[in-house]
Amino acid sequence: MIWRRYCPYLALALVAVAVGCGVLPLLWFSINQGGRPNLDAYVWRIIGFTLLQAGLSTAFSLLLAVPVARALARRQWPGLQVVRLLFAVPLSLPVIVALLGITTIFGANGLLGGVFSIYGLPGILLAHVFFNLPLATRLLADGLAGIQPENHRLAAQLNFDDWQVWRHVDWPALAPLLPRVAALIFLLCSASFVIVLTLGGASAITLEVAIFHALRMDFDMSRALTLCVVQVALSGLLVWSAGKLAFASPLLPSVGQSMMRFDGNSGASILADASFLCVAGLIVLPPLAAVLFAGTGHLQFSALLFQALATSCTLGLASSFIAMLLAWPLSQLQFQGGWVGLTAQFCGIAGLIVPPAVLATGWFLLTFKLSGGIWLAGLLVVALNALMALPFVMTVLAPAVAQNKNLNDRLCFSLGIEGWSRFCTIDFPALRSTIGQALLMAFVLSLGDLTALTLLGNGGIVTMPSLISQQMGNYRGATAGGTAMLLACLCLGLTTLAHRLGRRR
Amino acid sequence: MIEINNGLYQSADFRLAINVAIPAHGITAVLGPSGAGKSTLLNIIAGFEEMQQGEVKFNGKSVDGLSPHQRPLTAVFQDNNSFAHLSAWKNVALGIRPSLRLTQIEMEAVDSALSRVGLLALKDRLPGDMSGGERQRIGLARALVRRQPILLLDEAFAALGPALRRSLLALTRDLQQEQQLTVLMVTHQPEDAKLVADQVVFIDGGVVRPPQKTVAFFKAPDEAVARYLGEVT
Repeated sequence: MIWRRYCPYLALALVAVAVGCGVLPLLWFSINQGGRPNLDAYVWRIIGFTLLQAGLSTAFSLLLAVPVARALARRQWPGLQVVRLLFAVPLSLPVIVALLGITTIFGANGLLGGVFSIYGLPGILLAHVFFNLPLATRLLADGLAGIQPENHRLAAQLNFDDWQVWRHVDWPALAPLLPRVAALIFLLCSASFVIVLTLGGASAITLEVAIFHALRMDFDMSRALTLCVVQVALSGLLVWSAGKLAFASPLLPSVGQSMMRFDGNSGASILADASFLCVAGLIVLPPLAAVLFAGTGHLQFSALLFQALATSCTLGLASSFIAMLLAWPLSQLQFQGGWVGLTAQFCGIAGLIVPPAVLATGWFLLTFKLSGGIWLAGLLVVALNALMALPFVMTVLAPAVAQNKNLNDRLCFSLGIEGWSRFCTIDFPALRSTIGQALLMAFVLSLGDLTALTLLGNGGIVTMPSLISQQMGNYRGATAGGTAMLLACLCLGLTTLAHRLGRRR
Repeated sequence: MIEINNGLYQSADFRLAINVAIPAHGITAVLGPSGAGKSTLLNIIAGFEEMQQGEVKFNGKSVDGLSPHQRPLTAVFQDNNSFAHLSAWKNVALGIRPSLRLTQIEMEAVDSALSRVGLLALKDRLPGDMSGGERQRIGLARALVRRQPILLLDEAFAALGPALRRSLLALTRDLQQEQQLTVLMVTHQPEDAKLVADQVVFIDGGVVRPPQKTVAFFKAPDEAVARYLGEVT
């Protein structure tokens, strides 16, 4: 009974300890060395660039996403369903795979190489728009799909023109959504690590990458501490701004199911919609095609590939199960209200607020004297991946848990069904699709993640993303293409399965 | 008169055969079990849905191919009859001109319609600050300013309590008589039909039956109607 009562608090404590073990050693080390936060010119430059690239990425993504979402919502052209599905692909694509596709098209030796330099701000913006245009489109299209059919019928009956439909029907649905979508994209872009590390070069450095440089290359704790404080403050502000927006959405493979609309029948509207879809398609589709073509015929089933695949799957499975084991009790606590509920909410999104570089460094400082070798590194990678996946798992699981509690609590209490027997007979059967969906999402995130391994790996661990990175670094582009295609197919297949489970729910 | 001859509507595994002639200048209630196709019938007449076969005629003229705003009717739905960001006055004014640029006479017409449905004092309120009954009155007021001969009510008063529903039904009856409207009213409540309808169209088993006088419909129900009314177990 005591165990049952306090078990949820154990999850809370575990996440708090994990975050504390990341932040406190850094703080202690910094103070011990006499360092303190110092906003010097370098830090201001980093802050400026972080805000600039995140702001521009957000602006470009949203400026295009609004008309694209509207076009997808009001058109039922043949083949548009395929476009909708293809638009959902980047949302589940590992960053390193997308980077391979982007460099294949826009790199120095790419099909469109030389149009602009892929390294520096242009490349970062392109990669961020590649990921976030589909994300924004999806979230905004969801907003448009949420408009009541009667509003469109009323607009049709009252003979609204396109502008009036936009003003009275579409805009009121999008207006409350836009600031939160902007905050979410700004958050993702400001915390982007692998993209900036790969495409940023020496001058285009964001807070996250600068923390990594300060900690792992310059070993400048004082600067790292300053950067961490700024990054945590920025992320906290953005997470707060993003509010209750569903962070799970990035992995759900559908973009705006079309509903019956009566507007947009003029030639100018059709032309505008087609143009926006083409521009968006030109940003999103070529890198995807490049991954497909680069990979076809170049997949080499070597022992190293199988080893990387097995390692990725093992780490992914472990981290997704840990994320689930933490998310279940946190979901229960989240709705308690008071400080417990608030702490549970914070623990759920800690992976978004506290930079992975900070967590990784704190853990590294605590464990570098231990002789755990590859096992310890693997354990830390699993733990970091689990923490980073936790917000996404929570977003899927928590609403379903709350709904299940509302539906079943009174009956279960009155019948005396509780504990393990309640989980087996009531909760699990009701939530198994949700649990499956959340597990798969966490698995896909971990499978494609390179951040944790870059921060914590000791070179002995080879995963699929790190193998692709190695192959790209060794100028074995064709082989990297084959590996990337395999990883992309795996992630897309699992994401589709997660989506189906979500729909079954 | 609203006529549909040899109409067939099909969507997935739902099928509705329609052969119906609804007389003008009266109130016709559309009754039937849930999912029978009552709202679908109204959507077809309003131009929100299209039949695979057959045509809709108003006073002998086909309206097939005409968009919803070109048809001589106004529809009031169960919910969402108003735009949440616009005041009651503006929501009604949209019925005259979507640009909301109204002449003095048109503005007076909006005031008059709001007054007729008892909303003039609340004309500056947003729909979110009004009760369910008041929101439905916005739809009725807009129908008044649109001055169309046909009024379609798609479970328009279903979400209201009995007293409010009765008062809005009485208002509908008054408006119908004042303006000689043809009202087609989908409802789940046989009592509504008894209260105001001149005739009843019953939909069951994928078939829209011809209209029947209300008194006759309730007095001598056949087996399907009796089952629907709960008179046969």
